[in-house]
Amino acid sequence: MRKGITLEKFEEIRAEILKEREIQRTCITVCGGTGCHAYGCLKVAQAFKDEVERGNLRESVDVRTTGCHGFCERGPIVVLQPEGIFYQRVQTKDIKEIIYETIVNKKIIARLLYVDPKTEEKIIYEKEVPFYKKQERIVFGNNGFIDPTDIKDYIALGGYQSLSKVLFDLTTERVIEEIKASGLRGRGGAGFLTGKKWEVCREVFSDVKYIICNADEGDPGAYMDRSLLEGNPHSVIEGMIIGAYAINASEGFIYVRKEYPLAVKNVTIAINQARRYGLLGESILGSEFHFDIHIVQGAGAFVSGEETALMASIEGRRSFPRQRPPFPAQEGLWGKPTNINNVETWANVPYIIKNGAEWFSAIGTKKSKGTKIFSLVGKINNTGLVEVPMGIKLREIIYDIGGGIKNNKKFKAIQTGGPSGGCIPAEKLDLPIDFETLTKAGSIMGSGGMIVMDEDTCMVDVARYFLEFTQEESCGKCVPCRVGTRQMANILTRITQGKGEEGDIERLKDLAKTVVSSSLCGLGQTAPNPVLTTIQYFRDEYEAHIKEKKCPALVCKDLIVYFIEPEKCVGCLLCLKNCPTGAISGERKEVHVIDQELCIKCGACFDVCPPKVNAVSKITGRKKARILKKTSHQRDK
Amino acid sequence: MKKLITEIEEILNEFSQDQKELIHILHRIQSQYTYILPQAISRISKQLKISESEIYGVLTFYKAFSLEPRGKHLVTVCTGTACHVRGAPMIVDELKRKLDVEVEGTTEDNLFTLETVNCLGACALGPIVVIDGEYHGQMKISEVDKLIEKYKSGSESKSE
Repeated sequence: MRKGITLEKFEEIRAEILKEREIQRTCITVCGGTGCHAYGCLKVAQAFKDEVERGNLRESVDVRTTGCHGFCERGPIVVLQPEGIFYQRVQTKDIKEIIYETIVNKKIIARLLYVDPKTEEKIIYEKEVPFYKKQERIVFGNNGFIDPTDIKDYIALGGYQSLSKVLFDLTTERVIEEIKASGLRGRGGAGFLTGKKWEVCREVFSDVKYIICNADEGDPGAYMDRSLLEGNPHSVIEGMIIGAYAINASEGFIYVRKEYPLAVKNVTIAINQARRYGLLGESILGSEFHFDIHIVQGAGAFVSGEETALMASIEGRRSFPRQRPPFPAQEGLWGKPTNINNVETWANVPYIIKNGAEWFSAIGTKKSKGTKIFSLVGKINNTGLVEVPMGIKLREIIYDIGGGIKNNKKFKAIQTGGPSGGCIPAEKLDLPIDFETLTKAGSIMGSGGMIVMDEDTCMVDVARYFLEFTQEESCGKCVPCRVGTRQMANILTRITQGKGEEGDIERLKDLAKTVVSSSLCGLGQTAPNPVLTTIQYFRDEYEAHIKEKKCPALVCKDLIVYFIEPEKCVGCLLCLKNCPTGAISGERKEVHVIDQELCIKCGACFDVCPPKVNAVSKITGRKKARILKKTSHQRDK
Repeated sequence: MKKLITEIEEILNEFSQDQKELIHILHRIQSQYTYILPQAISRISKQLKISESEIYGVLTFYKAFSLEPRGKHLVTVCTGTACHVRGAPMIVDELKRKLDVEVEGTTEDNLFTLETVNCLGACALGPIVVIDGEYHGQMKISEVDKLIEKYKSGSESKSE
């Protein structure tokens, strides 16, 4: 431990780091986010390191595994800095060519470039890839330059300067004023003014105060908090220290989902390094301020993301939410005043202090300031994390950044805000996105998950999915949530099984009203949103399921049959071989037939039938009844 | 048996005697033994001075802890929304059929435990199946069989 590092000493260290890096070298950055990990980026990074070593290029080439670049669709991603040459889907076999062709001979390898599907143009530089072009990367911007396991990278980019400014030049009141003036609102869901929250906590008198970073990112389809913690943990830590200083807290906790092992690992390393550099612990940077951070791992309960439930979990109890007031700012962890913000909110703080409230509040809309990171997933061409200014239109996100819908299908809806949010239909694509407009459309900003759905997505099935999710995750403490979500899930399951009854839609709306108005915490209060919005915008789909026993999107298993179209089938035996129950019969070059009695509707035949042939189809409604009748007739014969 | 208890006690010695350690301790035991041993519960109760029933309440509340040993290979299917709309439920069905277990169940030969998870945040790869920490993205129903066979034969050849 290097104890007693003062500000002067710290700035000396920074100067040393910058001096070491004065010589411009090519830096091969390999994206090391969870997405790219799954694609095998670690092998790629290792191969680069080995080759640099072997070729004796260490003097001129640096290899760095960085945080998530966001464009998960095209991983493993490699960017050559300082030029910003962008290579995608890089495999270990490509690395020699990259080193000797591009770095040594300055030649671009066309095969590894990103091709804009719209113009079919090959794009060389990262900033020109359409996915990045419309983004405004403030919080997320440094992810691609920083090795999250090396604090020096963060320091070299001016890291912890905001902290020293706060500690030595600003009073706690002034810090809170600045955050208030910036208009920063909580990125975790509810969108409460961050500065206001801090102020309330600061004004409560207590010997001990705590701050918490909520990294229990439970909303399925949202992973920006994980990528921030994995990719740029020091920005979150710096934000937390500043917050702790402002409200005078001595201890902080980062509560991370256990499903995010890489985030846990990188944050642990970052905290230890911050301690070594005198940024955490006793008298930070030689000031009078003491503060330290601990990590707590979640244990797989969605409700833990609710602030009072989260505190119960840190205390070693079941994650039961409790009534508010008292709010955590008054009585939080172990009964002491506690301030909770989510990861992205904390990560915004150092940038606001560095550039000023005015700079921040110039970005965004009247009531929603700054940028927001969304995770754009589902049936979209460019899956990934996008940081955009508040107020951008949904259409721009989906078509300009996201590159449109997969396989040229038709856009149906976008689901925002996770299980607490709703589905927004195509008519609302020109909606400028901020906290207010999304709420008005029946959804919420939530943590920023955006799941794109196309014509092949059944909206009743989506509603059932979410209600089953909340029903399963309801902690069971209050009756409206525990029983209400179960009843709603039962009705929805019935509808998707073709057992829907007249009046079910009204029953759902009725139940929703009760659950919303009488549940104890946010989980129950928002759980019916997916049902309400799908009824509002896609009532016809509910009616088709209930009245005609038909699933227009061909998703609900009980309402469809698989059928091989005789005029298209070429008799290749592929489906027959892949059928797990032996339901398909036929000979080579003869038409195959599915025995509907034996078929378990696993979809394997649909999956393997070559796209050129496309003989297996899914059929619903009256035509389905006809097929069933016909096949049973044949069997009788 | 005695050895096991000393082992557990050694683990417990790493922690303080405060209730806030409970979830940390359970994580530690779960990762070492793949489940929470009954012997551990009574030891934790003594160390933290909380009742066994409360510990039981906490460990059954959270999905991460199990009261039964898990199989050799842990098969996790992501059923987050992005994976759901890309067909994850059909992958789960196929795995259930192939392994002949329900979700949270372990095969008779103790080779596989099947579980689902709400979201892994690797949505670009959906639907996704993780086996022993190894990610298998863009899964197809027709690929499930081969994948399971790979792990099956892998563990056979290792045991030979």
